[in-house]
Amino acid sequence: MKNWKYIISLSFLMCLLFGMHNFALAEEKNDEKFNAGDVIIEHILDSYEWHIFTWKGHDVSVYLPCIVFNEGKCYTFSSRDFHENELYKTVNKTNSEELVFTIAKDGNYKGKIVILNADGTQKRPFDISITKNVLALFISCALIIVLFYLVTKAYQKRGDKAPKGLQSLFEMLIVYVRDDIARKAINEKSVDKYLPYLITVFFFIFINNLLGLIPIFPFGANITGNIATTATLALFTFFITNLFGNKEYYKDIFNTPGVPWFLKYPLPLMPLIETVGCFTKPFVLAVRLFANITAGHIVVLGFISSIFIVAQISAAGGAAMSVFSLILAIFVDLIELLVAYIQAYVFTLLSALYFGMASKEE
Amino acid sequence: MELISPDFGYIFWMTLAFGIVFFFIAKFAFPVIGKALKNREQKISEALEQAERTHEEMKNLQAKNEELLKQAREEREEMLNEARISRDKIIEEAKEKAKAETNRLVESAKETIENERKAAMTDIKNEIANISIKVAEKILERELSKDEAQMEYIDKIIKETEQQ
Repeated sequence: MKNWKYIISLSFLMCLLFGMHNFALAEEKNDEKFNAGDVIIEHILDSYEWHIFTWKGHDVSVYLPCIVFNEGKCYTFSSRDFHENELYKTVNKTNSEELVFTIAKDGNYKGKIVILNADGTQKRPFDISITKNVLALFISCALIIVLFYLVTKAYQKRGDKAPKGLQSLFEMLIVYVRDDIARKAINEKSVDKYLPYLITVFFFIFINNLLGLIPIFPFGANITGNIATTATLALFTFFITNLFGNKEYYKDIFNTPGVPWFLKYPLPLMPLIETVGCFTKPFVLAVRLFANITAGHIVVLGFISSIFIVAQISAAGGAAMSVFSLILAIFVDLIELLVAYIQAYVFTLLSALYFGMASKEE
Repeated sequence: MELISPDFGYIFWMTLAFGIVFFFIAKFAFPVIGKALKNREQKISEALEQAERTHEEMKNLQAKNEELLKQAREEREEMLNEARISRDKIIEEAKEKAKAETNRLVESAKETIENERKAAMTDIKNEIANISIKVAEKILERELSKDEAQMEYIDKIIKETEQQ
């Protein structure tokens, strides 16, 4: 049976993934007290350096550039300074005084770069540092562009012939997005206008979801489980929906047909509800994707953390727990593969539905 | 809290990166892919139609062939029938002719025989007359002067012979 080859390699991959999760967490064991909550949140959050693993007490990390603006001046430095000194001192370019950057340990700006004022207060500068998530985002975007470039080349080379290899995989998904998502939600006339965006958004979410499941550098950053990513995507959908909405769409919002007049005048109840709906739709999109992906990561990390929690009590218990956690974590990882696809599908489908509403014909 | 508060710097990079990906796909990748897909779909549907048409044509052709075969068979049958009829006719005619010819031959043979017989009779008559004349001459040579009654008697005999 040819299929066995794939099943075995898939199981091997899953074991590898699991092993990597373990490996990523093993370093935390060095601390005297293992705090599962902190560890999990730390793995999900963004950071200014990309911690790969700890080797004999030394952290092996990729230190990323920090780019901050203060009073109109740009300051760039390496996050290595934070790792070694917890501070980065420089000269204030506006008044030549000393300027101290640090990463806030608590408060509103916890985990972010702040300027330490002389009186001990913190000020958050305008911060466009290349963080772990930004780097991971660049890598995945580059990957998406390369993949699409290869597929486009394949189409140019093969012409009308049947697709092959990577091209067939992409074709399956592209045709799926086109026929089963876009064409079903949007009318024939406007579907071509929205299709490139829907395809981009589908592949962006799907590929980032999958890369988020691989816990090895340079993947494994929690991109689609970051509220800023999903919010940006939702904003794109929001702007495209409302900027390309036709007369019919705006009539539905401000003068909803089929509702009694007293809901519109003197108190514009329906228009208000519809307007709020315009904003809640993308908000829900953002929250759904963020929550689904983050929850999946938390569950996998939780199962693995449970090994260390039990191991602190007894070594034998930890060994027994690892077998149990292994099975559960692999199971959740497999579900995550499913979720990676489903969430990409749901986001694309809902975006398509909103576009369909904004471009519907009488 | 940190988990659900979007970071502006990240949004900036995200907008940029996603914008670039979107631009690349919308401007370069999708036009090529979409066109190729459309072309291929058109080609496939055309090919299917063509196949359908060919199939229909084949069916028609087959029906035509069958028709032709049937016609040919009928024609052969007809020809065979005709041949049989004309054969019968020829045989009939030949028989008829043969009979007529036979009759004619028999007729002419009869006629010939009759003629021959008549000729023979004439010959015999002439011979007899000659013989008789010769006999009479012989008798006459001897007894002509002798008797008138004898002469009469001879005449009477000749007349009798003639009447016969």
